[in-house]
Amino acid sequence: MVTCLGDALFPDVGRATVSLLRRLGVGVEVPTGQTCCAQPMVNTGYLEEAVPVVRTFVEAFAGYDAVVAPSGSCAGSVRHQHALVARRAGDPALAEAVARTAPRVHELSEFLTDVLGVEDVGATFAHRVTYHPTCHSLRLLDVGDRPTRLLRAVRGLELLELPHAQECCGFGGTFAVKNADTSVVIGQDKARHVLDTGAEVLVASDSSCLMHVGGILSRQRAGVRVMHLAEVLAATGSP
Amino acid sequence: MPAFPQAAREALGNAQLRANLAHATGTIRAKRAAVVAEVEDWEELRLAGAAIKDATLLRLDEHLLRLEAALQARGALVHWARDAAEACAVVAEVARAHGVDEVVKVKSMATQEIGLNEALAAEGIAAWETDLAELIVQLGDDLPSHILVPAIHRNRAEIRDIFARAMGAAGRPAPADLTDDPARLAEAARLHLREKFLRARVAVSGANFAVADTGTLVVVESEGNGRMCLTLPEVLVSVVGIEKVVPTWSGLEVFLQLLPRSSTGERMNPYTSTWTGVTPGDGPQEVHVVLLDNGRTRALADEVGRQALRCIRCSACLNVCPVYERTGGHAYGSVYPGPIGAILNPLLRGVGQDAQTDSLPYASTLCGACFEVCPVRIDIPEVLVHLRSQVVDAHRGGLPRPEAVAMRGGAWAFARPRRWAFVERAGGLLGRAVGRLGVRRLPWPASAWTRARDLPPVPRRPFRSWWLREGSRS
Repeated sequence: MVTCLGDALFPDVGRATVSLLRRLGVGVEVPTGQTCCAQPMVNTGYLEEAVPVVRTFVEAFAGYDAVVAPSGSCAGSVRHQHALVARRAGDPALAEAVARTAPRVHELSEFLTDVLGVEDVGATFAHRVTYHPTCHSLRLLDVGDRPTRLLRAVRGLELLELPHAQECCGFGGTFAVKNADTSVVIGQDKARHVLDTGAEVLVASDSSCLMHVGGILSRQRAGVRVMHLAEVLAATGSP
Repeated sequence: MPAFPQAAREALGNAQLRANLAHATGTIRAKRAAVVAEVEDWEELRLAGAAIKDATLLRLDEHLLRLEAALQARGALVHWARDAAEACAVVAEVARAHGVDEVVKVKSMATQEIGLNEALAAEGIAAWETDLAELIVQLGDDLPSHILVPAIHRNRAEIRDIFARAMGAAGRPAPADLTDDPARLAEAARLHLREKFLRARVAVSGANFAVADTGTLVVVESEGNGRMCLTLPEVLVSVVGIEKVVPTWSGLEVFLQLLPRSSTGERMNPYTSTWTGVTPGDGPQEVHVVLLDNGRTRALADEVGRQALRCIRCSACLNVCPVYERTGGHAYGSVYPGPIGAILNPLLRGVGQDAQTDSLPYASTLCGACFEVCPVRIDIPEVLVHLRSQVVDAHRGGLPRPEAVAMRGGAWAFARPRRWAFVERAGGLLGRAVGRLGVRRLPWPASAWTRARDLPPVPRRPFRSWWLREGSRS
């Protein structure tokens, strides 16, 4: 599952996910029938509008053993919100399709550690890195320390602890534009904590949070790069 | 009252306020985490608290009638108030009947919610707050900014100035040489309040819990001012939200464990006062209890939203909320700020009527920290999303707002993969063209984004086209 944001703006994240999974011997398909998990509509309150989007989602992913998403937020949306949307639609067939699909959706770090049973994915990335655990990975999916376990096994990588890591970055989907001022102030605090670590790269498992904090770091000319977990885990050290 | 984004902007511009808030919420957050970690069966306690509240709410009518009967049997006078006006009228009538022009008050969210002080002032009756933080807010002619720490937005120097300026007009003045030393400030407040406790004949309180079995009301507090109000005056009026009822004392036990650790980060609250009607020769000899609805039955009727009525007003959700921490309580335009306020106010008032209330469910990043700390497991993010859908549905029909156009457009594109592929390609071309032209000002929503954040560069081609040409074959 390549998220809509990843598809349009961060294609490298999708490519890294595909190459990482193939390197680990997984047969990867990216169904072209997919679009979006419907989270932007659901979280903004447009449940009715979300119905056809969820329908498209379950059709696109019917019949796969596992669905892997490089996003805690989107995986969480599928697992926790699709049933709600199906109820709103009053469509038992859709509810059934959702119940079949949702449990097979895994966030990337969950899939690697729980399904494939690997922690050392054979990556090499010789940089100072700090990790932001993103709220939906942390609280909606409860991925715990899976991402940092994966990062610790990467050769050459120095993992620096991010102060106040569990606090929100302030993105919040449409919150970022509906309450832009508050969103930015929260994000600036997160950016400050990142700079305090002395890391060269900020890593997270959600492109949306990275886009927000990265946008602030870029505006500040802070010189810190943001990268998705998938990109780091796909790295082999040769440029 | 302006909608949340505007009100928040004002608060965000106040660096002192933000520093006060960050310091106070950070401190209390750490305290709470430490004392909660001590309790091995904390999760079981949370589940028990939620279950007791849910079961009570589902038979609220029966429990309230039992409470009323038990109160009456112990000599209390019970009044039912549908709304703020009815509740305020009861209190004013009691004060008038006793010919008093002032009452002392225990800190009470219910009386703040109904604007009791203002209603009494209109009748020529002064209502004196006796909780230290409420006193600071009242003397400063200010509004509370936090459920538990109403003066959280004030620092010591500001409090000294308020006491020096305003205490004289309200009673015993502050000492001339008052400093911002906490002990000196507390002493000034103590002397000022003592005079009022000893003078007042009528007191007003709320209640944290009301035990239906015995007709017992419960107030928990830290300073002892509540105990003074509940025992010294001749007449006591307690305004109690109908959701405060717990069936039994054994149920109460669960909440007396959950509340102090969640709210003040203490193992136990310093004062727990319980009173059951009238005890001849001891304490107030005339006790009134006002059972307040004021929107609570409206909230109860909402299947998803009713869980908000489990709230025991601990304010743990405020202290972990990234939005509250930056904006403070005033931005929420209610005595119930923060995450709980963002759901409770729309549930009590109803959505679709005013822009301020409708803005509250959106005053959250949905980060989920509030749910994690809630001692009665209110799934605040779930209720927020539910209320957002109610706000959206209330505005269906008529001229669509820009946001609705954007959301419907997005949904239209996402409903069919071909449409999405087309929109994505067109968007990419447009984005790169705009980038090459060096356009600085973009229309909403990009404008709201780019004021303080750079947009990522638009990639040469989206993932989809890479997959179709190369990815699927490699």
